[in-house]
Amino acid sequence: MVRDAIEDIEINLLLEALQRRYHYDFRHYAQASIKRRLRQAREQLSFSSFSAMQEAVLRDSALVPRLLNYLTVQVSEMFRDPSYYRAIRENVAPHLRTYPSLKVWIAGCSSGEELHSFAILFREEGLLERTLFYATDINPGALEAAASGVYALDRIKAFTENHQKSGGKSSLSDYYTAAYGRAVFDKALRSQVVFSDHSLATDAVFAEVQFISCRNVLIYFDRPLQDRALGLFRDSLARKGFLGLGSKESLRFSTHAEAFAEFVREEKIYQRREP
Amino acid sequence: MSAKGVEAVVIGASAGAIQALSRILPDLPASYPIPVLVVVHIPDDRADLLAPLFQAKCRVVVKEAEDKEPILPGVVYFGPSGYHLLVEEDRTVSLSSDEPVLYSRPSIDVLFESAADAFGDGLVGVILTGANEDGAEGLRAVVAGGGVALAEDPAGAFAPTMPSAALAKSAEARCVPLEAIAAYLVQLGTA
Repeated sequence: MVRDAIEDIEINLLLEALQRRYHYDFRHYAQASIKRRLRQAREQLSFSSFSAMQEAVLRDSALVPRLLNYLTVQVSEMFRDPSYYRAIRENVAPHLRTYPSLKVWIAGCSSGEELHSFAILFREEGLLERTLFYATDINPGALEAAASGVYALDRIKAFTENHQKSGGKSSLSDYYTAAYGRAVFDKALRSQVVFSDHSLATDAVFAEVQFISCRNVLIYFDRPLQDRALGLFRDSLARKGFLGLGSKESLRFSTHAEAFAEFVREEKIYQRREP
Repeated sequence: MSAKGVEAVVIGASAGAIQALSRILPDLPASYPIPVLVVVHIPDDRADLLAPLFQAKCRVVVKEAEDKEPILPGVVYFGPSGYHLLVEEDRTVSLSSDEPVLYSRPSIDVLFESAADAFGDGLVGVILTGANEDGAEGLRAVVAGGGVALAEDPAGAFAPTMPSAALAKSAEARCVPLEAIAAYLVQLGTA
């Protein structure tokens, strides 16, 4: 156990260094998965210890993006959990149609699978033209991937099945061209998207929006950081705005639970109560 | 197999899991003083049925683990399908949607390794039937943390690959028939 205790100290110091030197704050991320990812990084980047890694990253900023890729990137799927998107289509879109213009925030957009799912769904529901999307993440590499809209062709089969299950009204193949093992999604889907570096751990509210989708991001945070993020969502949502979380996330234990009402309970879609 | 100071039990199972777990979990008494965390590989569309299925057969409380909930004695937690199940140092659970490990999400290795970090020598790890090698690294982490490692006797297992792989990787792991695993876990609660 002594070795573990030392390792815990080293990890804390490494996270502290990342925060103080580069302002990336992982100190309130759920420890068990951070530890797992850092062990992976240590092994694959060939460091003998987390202390050695800390020393290197403090002095060599080129290591930061590589480390970020271990600490942040999650592979998602387009239309992951099709029933979530079906609920947006059937239950939320009718409300959104009553607005002449819309702002939607995809918080923790990673490489853009969720963003593209929204853009396609909004196109199908006649909402895309009037919508400005904010796609945010702390990883510049992920934002770049999201903005390029390029995905490996072997992932498209799963995306297509999900899209159909979500009640898709068109064919996914309408939105991409395939070449050299890659699917390149139509840039028209991204013509009204602002890609931005934004941290739920350290940054503030930046716009008033009608819909926030933040899926499988909060599970990586500890309780206090989850509450910080949910506070940002509360303060960013317009009156009666919507919040969609991952299928295993909920507001049940949050100090901000009172600010939201369950809108589609089983899909974790909430609506901002009147302040 | 000392039962002193056991703080948690983790169980991993794959092919044949439901039958194997059905011969273990129903034996645990309602007042079982130790939490049990279970990862089973099962197709996504059937996963939500696990907790209700076993709740109907068991005297202990059986539930699907929820993100950041405290781990309580006498409760059996199943990892939800499509998410890894991890144990935090403060004895709460976390979920993650990190990429599958050995094609598995939830991954037995991920649960066992995080539980070994959190519980150290207070952990008992059990690998049951399965047709892949998930859990072998995890059981090794249980051993490295000073915990007790058990694997179902491959000779009697529905699918021997998983317990065999676990036994091959950890010389300290004990090879135990299913009935004896059930009896051992029950006895842990009376020690």
